[in-house]
Amino acid sequence: MTIAAPPYSLVAAFAERSRWRAIETVLWLCALLPFWLAPTHLQLASQIAITALFAISLDLILGYAGIVSMGHAAFFGLGAYTAGILSVKLGWGEPISGLLIAGLVAGIGGYLSSLVVCRFRHLALIMITLGIGVMLHEIANTSHGLTGGADGLQGIRTWKFLGVWSLDIYGYVAYSYALIVLFACFLVARRIVQSPFGLALKGIRENALRMPAIGAPSQSHLRKIYTIAAVMAGMAGAVLAQTTETVSLEVLSFQRSADVLVMLILGGTGRLYGGMIGAVIYMLARDHLSGLNPQYWYFWIGLLLIAVVTLLPNGILGGLARVRALNWIREMRLMPRRRAA
Amino acid sequence: MSTPALVTRALSKSFGSLAVTQNVEITVPHGARYALIGPNGAGKTTLINLMTGLIKPDLGSILLNGEDISALEPDARVKRGLTRTFQINQLFPNLSALEAVTLAVLERQRTSGVWWRRLPAFGAAIEEAHAILQSLRFGSDTERVTRELPYGRQRLLEIALALATKPKILLLDEPAAGVPKDESAELFQAIAALPSDITVLFIEHDMDLVFRFASRIIVLVAGAVLVEGTPAEISADPRVREVYLGKGHRHG
Amino acid sequence: MIPFLGVLFDGFAYGMLLFLLSVGLSVTLGMMNFVNLAHCSFAMIGAYVTITLTQTVGLPFLATLPLAFLAAALVSGVLERLLFQRFYRATDLDQCLLTIGIVFVSIAVVAYLYGTTLQSVKVPSYLQGSFNVGGVTMGVYRLFLIAIALVVAVALVIGIEKTSFGARIRAAVDNQRMARGLGIDVDRTFALTFALGSGLAGLGGALAIQMVGLDTDFAFRYLIYVLIVVSVGGLGSIGGSFAAAVLLGVSDVAGKYYAPQFGAFFIYAVMIVLLMWRPQGLFGRR
Repeated sequence: MTIAAPPYSLVAAFAERSRWRAIETVLWLCALLPFWLAPTHLQLASQIAITALFAISLDLILGYAGIVSMGHAAFFGLGAYTAGILSVKLGWGEPISGLLIAGLVAGIGGYLSSLVVCRFRHLALIMITLGIGVMLHEIANTSHGLTGGADGLQGIRTWKFLGVWSLDIYGYVAYSYALIVLFACFLVARRIVQSPFGLALKGIRENALRMPAIGAPSQSHLRKIYTIAAVMAGMAGAVLAQTTETVSLEVLSFQRSADVLVMLILGGTGRLYGGMIGAVIYMLARDHLSGLNPQYWYFWIGLLLIAVVTLLPNGILGGLARVRALNWIREMRLMPRRRAA
Repeated sequence: MSTPALVTRALSKSFGSLAVTQNVEITVPHGARYALIGPNGAGKTTLINLMTGLIKPDLGSILLNGEDISALEPDARVKRGLTRTFQINQLFPNLSALEAVTLAVLERQRTSGVWWRRLPAFGAAIEEAHAILQSLRFGSDTERVTRELPYGRQRLLEIALALATKPKILLLDEPAAGVPKDESAELFQAIAALPSDITVLFIEHDMDLVFRFASRIIVLVAGAVLVEGTPAEISADPRVREVYLGKGHRHG
Repeated sequence: MIPFLGVLFDGFAYGMLLFLLSVGLSVTLGMMNFVNLAHCSFAMIGAYVTITLTQTVGLPFLATLPLAFLAAALVSGVLERLLFQRFYRATDLDQCLLTIGIVFVSIAVVAYLYGTTLQSVKVPSYLQGSFNVGGVTMGVYRLFLIAIALVVAVALVIGIEKTSFGARIRAAVDNQRMARGLGIDVDRTFALTFALGSGLAGLGGALAIQMVGLDTDFAFRYLIYVLIVVSVGGLGSIGGSFAAAVLLGVSDVAGKYYAPQFGAFFIYAVMIVLLMWRPQGLFGRR
């Protein structure tokens, strides 16, 4: 038997596909621009960074493993309330450890729900994720003593970051913190999707029936990514709680689950940057139009959603990638998913 | 020689009132090349589904190298060396052939859960996947996306994915289904060239191929084993002629 | 003992409302596997049609009910032909996104036309008040609602069991491919069923105003209840929807009466446990 091509080039081809690209550096440098260009809007910038992280966490389960979740806010809210309760009830406001504890709690919640969620597909899956989401919302709503119920959790105090920087009114520290957490989690997510584990997730998305037939423990793969995604969502929630020093019931709402889904779909699933770009566009547009009644905002979002699923099945990035001149966008897919047009 | 590779004992399965598998007792020795034949609806694919654990039997057990695997999940059976292919392609449309086979190799090596290292760090697995594809004469198509591969290549990829699990027993469900006759002989040539320590059980409708490549033949009718024997015995058996060959044998 | 019967009565009435709202979705989901999260938007259309006709046109409440049915059926039928039918073979994610988009648009349109305030409807005096039977207080309006729902349920069962259109629906729900093979025009059957189911939701929406109020959030708030009924009752099963709706209605009212501190928590917990136990629903066949 002869081997047609020297295998070294094969490995190199795999390596080439996962290389860090110049355009990525440019994008991340752009994330620093608000410090100079919009110093009065840093609070908004940090909200965007938090939402982008939330969108990445959803992309890991939806875009890579193919789990449709209608209740991802459950883990965002779990993280936010954990960080908030740590400060209000236990008097612990140290942000870094609070972030990690919130991630841990959300991760435990994610693992426990994954035992149920990962056994289902289709309508039952949508119902279960939705059900877990509304159930947590209801628990937070009725546990007034712990969460403040519908009034929200007031009086969170975030200590100085690393003992040096305290939150300022302009949001310099808040945005720096949110951006650092986002970038760190992004690097982890990027590594995951380029790893053997990431390949296995794509295998599940592409053909869940075949996976057991090649000896793959699909269930355990799914539980694992669901847990990881929950940790990241929880961290996003914790950053929101710590930087705004308040938690409202809204962090657990169905609206938030739907919003992040919309952003991810608008940006394009299965490419990490899609969710981030979707978050930027969505949040900027909403902020810009916030003078209008929020109801009208949802009119346009609804219309956009209908248009995207009818006309652009791969989201904005996916649509742009089909324009030849914008070839570089295709490279941003990080292990292309090559979905049929 | 002592323990057979695969044994089924009193295997039975019904869907409602329809008995699709009735008391099937099969013994496949190591390194054998068995063909499973029978008219449409005889329950051939169901039997493979039962062996691989895709459906659970109502009664009976399955022994792999003497070990009872009846209670194991499908992926655990693959890990023990019982692998199948599918009559209708079950591939990963948007992965390249090389990625797909690499995935199967990684699953076998139990490294598919590693999320902290990149794929290029698993060069040996990629090379092995490439070697498997080349052994099936995949040529330059290894890096093409599965859904763009010609149909014949997709059938080969079905087998390549199974081979990557390093099977001890390979169950091939109509490997040449839908492949033109001249190409299907070529495909069976590749199957015949598999290492002799791999036990093969295949379903095939084309009697020429069956008689050429099988050392023994099992005839399944209405979910039950009608007769088992060498190709010569089967072709001489009047019952087989009546229920199967007598009705005009099928091609392709 | 007496409050218990009262709770049972109120819960049953609430369950009948949920049945009207959800039975259409159950049948259409069973037929086409189309995940229609916009189902309650059609209910909302019916509700606002009744609001408009009673408040600005001055029609009596009862006269608006058939019109609420027709309006919801008409709008959903048009949408089905224009938009939905292109998504029957799409992924469930795309179906969810499309219909969430429609929910957003419908909420915004309603907010533009009617504002976001809580609406109420004037029902005729003979539907108001209550009377006492053996110590149990029964609201007249609730009795009226129960009567309508029971009539609808019986009509549906007879219609599906006895008429040829019903036979086509049963065949299509049972096995779509087989039905096509038998020469049944599944698409046409489905379009009609879809309009009919949405019309019933519209009727349910109109009847809901007096009982639970109406604002723009209606399309989302009741979506969750409707989905619970459908997934617990099993797809395509009218009897299942009926039983699940009663179960949900009674346990929701009872939960709020006896353990208000838990809110709707029990409902969701029960749904999750039921789904884990029987993913195809209590009465589902798949």
